[in-house]
Amino acid sequence: MRENKNHAPETLERSLDSTLESVDSAEELALSVAQRAGFDDDDLMKIGMAVRESMVNAVVHGNRYNAHKKVRLLVSHSPERFIIRIADEGEGFDYAGVPNPLAPENLMRTSGRGIFLIRSFMDEFEMRHREPQGTEVTLVKYVVSK
Amino acid sequence: MSVKLNTRQVGDVSVVDVAGRITLGEGSSALRDLIREMVGKGQKHILLNLGEVSYIDSSGIGELVSGFTTVTNSGGQLKLLNLNKRVKDLLQITKLYTVFDVHEDEAGAIRSFA
Repeated sequence: MRENKNHAPETLERSLDSTLESVDSAEELALSVAQRAGFDDDDLMKIGMAVRESMVNAVVHGNRYNAHKKVRLLVSHSPERFIIRIADEGEGFDYAGVPNPLAPENLMRTSGRGIFLIRSFMDEFEMRHREPQGTEVTLVKYVVSK
Repeated sequence: MSVKLNTRQVGDVSVVDVAGRITLGEGSSALRDLIREMVGKGQKHILLNLGEVSYIDSSGIGELVSGFTTVTNSGGQLKLLNLNKRVKDLLQITKLYTVFDVHEDEAGAIRSFA
């Protein structure tokens, strides 16, 4: 985390197609704001990967690449908090049902590490079901150390 | 830059120089396809040189695990070489660092295949 006193608050919002290209776009957009917010290289890597993993979940598991469904991306920062919100229009995903990837019996699984990495790299992580359908995740990185 | 894979033979070890991003999509599937192709040709000793990998996501980590399992199940060995700090950190927090045989020196890695 890095202290940030001189960077103006900023909000960016996009509606993205359910494609892997959107995953790259979201990562780039979030990183451009994060750079202006003053994060160092280590935090930028963590933010970028958390956004990428969240976008993959939205595009692949949420919207299932459906061309008629969009992913909403919101990136904003205040002097204290850098916030990313990613919402899909899918039928919902049981994140709680994802096995613990660190359990010995799951170590050699080829998937199921995305949520774990997001939680590891961000200071806060929340998810909620949207009405009428979809999942929204909120990622927060503290701009100033607590 | 998406992933670039270059294969060379050092003795009986197939060294794969991996460069770029190993992420969901082209990056991870290219690595998966190459490892399966090598195993299909009977290659038992595979060394992945990750020195030029700039980025790897959870899908890429999954492909490393998949490659390890594929090679091991065929009676071979897959080892990793030249992890940068980010890749090393990722393998450590996912508790996979000790699963893989990781080397920092190519000559030593080649010799370790017995």
